[in-house]
Amino acid sequence: MAPMKLYGAVLSWNVTRCATALEEAGSDYEIVPINFATAEHKSPEHLARNPFGQVPALQDGDLYVFESRAICKYAARKNKPELLREGNLEESAMVDVWMEVEANQYTSVLNPILFQVLISPMLGGTTDQKVVDENLEKLKKVLEVYEARLTKFKYLAGDFLSLADLNHVSVTLCLLATPYASVLDAYPHVKAWWSSLMERPSVQKVAVMMKPSA
Amino acid sequence: MAMKVYGPAMSTNVARVLVCLEEVGAEYEVVPVDMTTGEHKSPAHDARNPFGQVPAFQDGDLILYESRAISKYILRKGGSDLLRESNLAESAMVDVWLEVESGHFSSTMSPIIFQCLVVPFLGGETDTKIVQENLEKLKTALGVYEARLSRFKYLAGDFVSLADISHFPAAYYLLGGSHASVLDAYPHVKAWLAEVMDRPSVRKVVELMKLPSA
Repeated sequence: MAPMKLYGAVLSWNVTRCATALEEAGSDYEIVPINFATAEHKSPEHLARNPFGQVPALQDGDLYVFESRAICKYAARKNKPELLREGNLEESAMVDVWMEVEANQYTSVLNPILFQVLISPMLGGTTDQKVVDENLEKLKKVLEVYEARLTKFKYLAGDFLSLADLNHVSVTLCLLATPYASVLDAYPHVKAWWSSLMERPSVQKVAVMMKPSA
Repeated sequence: MAMKVYGPAMSTNVARVLVCLEEVGAEYEVVPVDMTTGEHKSPAHDARNPFGQVPAFQDGDLILYESRAISKYILRKGGSDLLRESNLAESAMVDVWLEVESGHFSSTMSPIIFQCLVVPFLGGETDTKIVQENLEKLKTALGVYEARLSRFKYLAGDFVSLADISHFPAAYYLLGGSHASVLDAYPHVKAWLAEVMDRPSVRKVVELMKLPSA
């Protein structure tokens, strides 16, 4: 059976969010780059995979899945369902809570920081420091909640690794590539949680993927 | 013991949870949280939702937050068919369109609702630039929805799911507000929304949203 295809560039933390899940789930997949410079993301071929003309998109046989977190869940359900705990009412609820928290509380404040620091200069623009500073303050408040949680539990959903933890990897790797990585230092349990994630082969593989080529 | 939902029914995120409770016929009570006096930032509420937001949810000893996580818990516990978790392809489509609801529909409706309803209520002036910018984004999304709903009866396929119902709170405010006519250019979307709004569960929650205490 043909490997699944993940369409998009490894520069995108939405694409590498999916790569992390696919790696951890042990899925058979390959990354197919999409060329934004030639507007390939707006081509009819790609719009058939993702009608919003965005990346990532995933193809598995006849099935097309888009929206990174939906793709991550699909990979987990297909190849490593214990990452979701869907047979257990309480555990699956906690996985869902922390997947929502990643999207709505953590990545929502990291996105503007990463865009200003990493992407805007690449597009020929400048970094709006005010936006960075405002969102760093919000991030600190969010990290306080994470610190409290990870003081009680080894991982976010409980004492078991789940997709909720993994969905944080790509944006956190990007944070570490900015001058603001030290924001994590004030939160020792968050740092310890991050270190344990970094030890996983799947995460190391994604970290290598995301390094800019020499 | 009845499940408890903390927060005002008129909040789109609270309403989302209430409609799921109605869908499964669960016994529940709505516990008011007075956001005008900052009750959502009180220590008591913080113990239920450390991000100081509504809704929070309690079922026995289990406390949950983030409306889409709560919704899924309720539907799973109630044995609902609205998630399709036993079917890999169908559940993937439910996840995709729930992400789309969150990331493309509700995210553009939120600032519109805030500017058109909340700001005047607080004695301020609607920022029409913000409204217009988000209406344009909404139209882009509605174009994608129109294409999808021209092919399928519902968003995830020919079966109704949480993805459809999750749109109802923002749709309620869109339909009741001064920009409802934006839907006229999207006949399949208009028809689909009318059907969603006609569900008994939705009608019941709409009544709750209209109550003065809400």
